[in-house]
Amino acid sequence: MSAVPASARSLGLAGCEVCGLVSRLPPGKSAAHCPRCGERLHFRRRASVESCWALVIAALILYIPANLLPVLTTYTPLGVETDTILQGVVELWSPSSWPLAIIVFVASITIPLGKLIALAYLLITVQRGSIQSTVQRARLYRMVKFIGRWSMLDVFVDTFVVALVQLKPLMWVAAGPGVIFFAGVVVVTMIAVNCFDPRLIWDLPEKENDVRQRSPA
Amino acid sequence: MSDNEVLPDLPEATARPRRSRLSVVWIIPIIAALLGGWIAVQKLLAEGPTIEISFASAEGLVAGTTTVKYNGVDVGKLQSLKVAGDRQRIIARVQMAPETKDWLLEDTWFWVVRPRIAGGSITGLGTLLSGSYIGMAIGKAGERTDSFTARDVPPVVAGDTPGRFFLLKAANLGSLDYGTPIYFRRIQVGQVASYSLDHDGRELTVRVFVNAPYDRFVKPDTRFWQASGLDFSLNANGLNVQTESLVSLLIGGLAFDTPAASVEDAAAAAETSFELFANEALAMKAPERGATHFVLYFDESVRGLSVGAPMTFLGLPIGEVASVRLEAGNRKNLQVRARVLVAAYPQRFLDILANPQELTGGKQPSPATRKLIVEQLVARGLRAQLRTGSLLTGQLYVALDYAANPASAKIDWTSEPPAFPVVRGGLTDIEAKLTSILAKLDGLPFEAIGSDLKKSLATLAGTLKDVDTLVKRWGGELTPELKGALVDARRSLAAAERLFDSAGKVVAPDSATLVELRGTLAEVKRTAQSLRVLTDYLERHPEALIRGKSEEEQ
Repeated sequence: MSAVPASARSLGLAGCEVCGLVSRLPPGKSAAHCPRCGERLHFRRRASVESCWALVIAALILYIPANLLPVLTTYTPLGVETDTILQGVVELWSPSSWPLAIIVFVASITIPLGKLIALAYLLITVQRGSIQSTVQRARLYRMVKFIGRWSMLDVFVDTFVVALVQLKPLMWVAAGPGVIFFAGVVVVTMIAVNCFDPRLIWDLPEKENDVRQRSPA
Repeated sequence: MSDNEVLPDLPEATARPRRSRLSVVWIIPIIAALLGGWIAVQKLLAEGPTIEISFASAEGLVAGTTTVKYNGVDVGKLQSLKVAGDRQRIIARVQMAPETKDWLLEDTWFWVVRPRIAGGSITGLGTLLSGSYIGMAIGKAGERTDSFTARDVPPVVAGDTPGRFFLLKAANLGSLDYGTPIYFRRIQVGQVASYSLDHDGRELTVRVFVNAPYDRFVKPDTRFWQASGLDFSLNANGLNVQTESLVSLLIGGLAFDTPAASVEDAAAAAETSFELFANEALAMKAPERGATHFVLYFDESVRGLSVGAPMTFLGLPIGEVASVRLEAGNRKNLQVRARVLVAAYPQRFLDILANPQELTGGKQPSPATRKLIVEQLVARGLRAQLRTGSLLTGQLYVALDYAANPASAKIDWTSEPPAFPVVRGGLTDIEAKLTSILAKLDGLPFEAIGSDLKKSLATLAGTLKDVDTLVKRWGGELTPELKGALVDARRSLAAAERLFDSAGKVVAPDSATLVELRGTLAEVKRTAQSLRVLTDYLERHPEALIRGKSEEEQ
């Protein structure tokens, strides 16, 4: 534990998140601002855990209609067919296109859900002050942040299909309400990831460290 | 303060009073929850009643895909199919739309829409591509229920279609079926809704529906008939082909009409029962009022004269043959002859008159007046005669026409019904005429003509002798020219004598020419007889025209 370096906070310093200037925060409850660019300064992002939780919960709520409502409505002379995401996967699951089914399944169902679970895990561990596997959790956070942009795949596929398959009156495709909810899930999750302050992962070990360092002093 | 010493150059951050505020971020999950909740409520509200429909077969039905349609609008979706406990039927669970709540009455009709050809129309063609769906017709009566039995066929008449049902009693179904069209003046005005065999199996009851504006043309006296396909009839009126429309030609149909006399009647009540006739002629045959019967006695063949054959007056129909029998007289005075009973309809006679007022004075003629009129007509030579309506079929009819030179005759009012005078007619006439020509030829005074000729010749011979003597006497005095002329004249007279002589031979009773003439006439007579035999045979076997004489006949 002694290997843990001293953090800026433990020294009463905070880095500006915009211009990167490290400055000393004034004591007391007043809000600190960067002397160079005027950005608010915090030791940690304000209400990070709280807003991240709010957004994760919002994303989870949106995730339900996103999966229950149809994302694609196909009009053919044979009739009208509505497909939810999962139905689309089931339909793609054939000897010839099963790789496509796996891609859609991973991109549209596993990844959004995985991201939410990962975020919830990070939040819980931070709140409980866990000191276990901080490096893995940091890696998890980076992965979640990186993969966020790929979650829009399903929305892109939908918009492309809707734009391309317009062979009225023979056959045409319309987007279903599920797409909006799905896009909402992806966007809200990305904001949640941005709200999360990864520095929180190491805060507790540092505190322990501080305690250990300060107690002899 | 030890930190300041470590990093002395770092500036002091400016301090501002902190505003405490509620975290706005929680609005986002609240909005999400509201949205989700709203969607859920919508879904729940869209949830209608779940019903069970029992099908004989679930062919073409797919759980989760097959829809229930009312007039083409989706009002439900098939959720699951399972075999009923008794393994006889298939129970389908259907999730209905909420607006159908009040439609699910006991007589609501469900059926599987498949391609169907019935009632002159092809329906459900779309299902060839889209797959079957369940049709729904909203009922009108009964309690609300959630379990139904599907029918095999769609209802012919939607529950709220304005119009009336009528019942028709038919001997057989003909080419009727559900949806068979009903025509009124060749407009389709309704269709067959259902049919069932009566309990005793003797008759069928056909339930028909006549659509609203037309149902008022169904009167208590309206006649319905089968306009099924083609109605061929071959009678003394010739070949008769009747059909209502090309559609009815293919699939049959019904037609109705009301006799002119009853057109003004009030419309018939719903579910009134009518008799279904085989064809229009039978249906519309007016129950003739005031038929006057006459009996006609014919000595000739009445082959080809059938009951119902028309009786015409100068070619216009005024009656029909009621019966054709033989009558033998009594045993002492055996006289077998054909007795034809005809029914004449005075009303028809009046109807075809251009000026009935002048005859009747505007009121119905009394029986005495009628009698007088008929007697006058007979006195003017009106006779009944058998005529061939069609040479091809040999069908006969009774014609009332003025005979050319009738033997005086009177109506025998004493017999019941009165006997109307007749003349022979038809083909028999030709033979009679030929016979009378032969009789006239026979009656020519050939003998007298011959003896007259002989006398003339003798006189001529005397004259010639006188001339001869005269010439001899004048012999010396006459000039040679005159002599030559006289010789010429004598030669001419001799030639005339020869001519007269040969003429005498020609007209002699046993001369070859006369014999030949007679032979020819006899031949003509035989020809006429065999022609009659031939027509007789053809009357009995018209098919011989095509096939020749059949073996067993020979």
